[in-house]
Amino acid sequence: MHEMSLAEGMLQLVEDGARRNAATGVKAVWLEIGALSQVEVDALRFCFDAVTRGSIAEGARLEIVTQPGRAWCMPCGTQVPLAQRGDACPRCGSHQLQVVQGDEMRVTEIEVV
Amino acid sequence: MCVTCGCGSDQNHVEGEALQGHEHSHEHSHADGTAHAHPHDHDHGHEHEHGHAHDHDHGHGADAGHRHRHGDGGWHEHDRGEAAAAALGAAHAPGLPPSRRVQIEQDILAKNDAIAAANRQRLADQGIFALNLVSSPGSGKTTLLVKTIEALRGRLQAAVIEGDQQTSRDADRIRATGAPAVQINTGKGCHLDADMVRRALDQLAPADGSLLLVENVGNLVCPAAFDLGEAHKVVILSVTEGEDKPLKYPDMFHAADLLLINKTDLLPYVDFDVDAAIAYARRVRPGIEVMRVSATSGDGFEAWLAWLVRGVAAARARRDASVEALRRRVAELEAALGRGA
Repeated sequence: MHEMSLAEGMLQLVEDGARRNAATGVKAVWLEIGALSQVEVDALRFCFDAVTRGSIAEGARLEIVTQPGRAWCMPCGTQVPLAQRGDACPRCGSHQLQVVQGDEMRVTEIEVV
Repeated sequence: MCVTCGCGSDQNHVEGEALQGHEHSHEHSHADGTAHAHPHDHDHGHEHEHGHAHDHDHGHGADAGHRHRHGDGGWHEHDRGEAAAAALGAAHAPGLPPSRRVQIEQDILAKNDAIAAANRQRLADQGIFALNLVSSPGSGKTTLLVKTIEALRGRLQAAVIEGDQQTSRDADRIRATGAPAVQINTGKGCHLDADMVRRALDQLAPADGSLLLVENVGNLVCPAAFDLGEAHKVVILSVTEGEDKPLKYPDMFHAADLLLINKTDLLPYVDFDVDAAIAYARRVRPGIEVMRVSATSGDGFEAWLAWLVRGVAAARARRDASVEALRRRVAELEAALGRGA
């Protein structure tokens, strides 16, 4: 249920962006969500609809772009794909992995009128 | 401007983004006398292709004007009548302000993280060592805190921020030890956030050079995402739980710097593989420090208390070093002013 807090954080960014651009409405919001981030996308959609009700972003479309997980494998000395935390390096089986991509939770763009 | 229906304007293309197209159909009367209608959609740039190469008069039903490319690759354009413009325009709201896409590029947690950074600075300025204790409900966090505060009495001053959905029972237990405590009730909330801690700090006013223990809401999921401004997250896993929790709740174990395996006095009675638990935790957080403790028997407490004492000493030393550096800088500036005068 921390998606409710995340949705409130999103709404704040969206409202700030709309204000900066003297917008009267928000039609769409683009999010970048990493596969390793702590977000349940369906819950986030539900919460976003709930928190935007009565706001400038009411009814806005939510476009979610998912970033796959990637990690730096220390033994291999190279980047490898990582589907979820706790998985081993697909090359050497080590867990000495440093996530380099996939934990994003960002509002990237909004479409305003 | 879309000349078919009168919507939008040339400003529809802002920051390279074409706006929404629309669908409609036009009727064509051909030279051979047949007429047909074909639906199509188009963007407001308003060019579209007709895949038929033949002569036809454009007796459009709505007398709409637009550009066609014919099979031979040529183009032609035609306008539409005013009546059609008025009829279609009314339905399609001409003069509607154009929409545009604007960059935001901000982390969803940006606001929480900014408040957390301010909390962290405030704690650093006071030389306070702050820990965010996270676990499932029932892992023994509050008992661990009570025993820790009692064991540190006379060595360290400790203050506690308690997070729970309801009741002040935990803060009451802490206050019974004589340590100051503030209870945050999150209501329906499942985690503490940086702003709640900021407000609790205002109320608690912990002493300079003290230990601040923040007991988060018992929840192995949500508190992982929220930085409160602490030096470390400490995750507590009791031996009455499953040893595979680090794999089931990897975000929390990944976010923590220290794992306390609690209730070790119960190990003879439960089927809990300590080594496996540690190995699982290190899969998601290579290098996580691990201590085995029992808040009831006191087993393993010396290592835990020593870790806390070191942390507080380091926080004080950093604060003293920055204060000392500031004093030196002031003395230098004063000396420079003196030379100038």
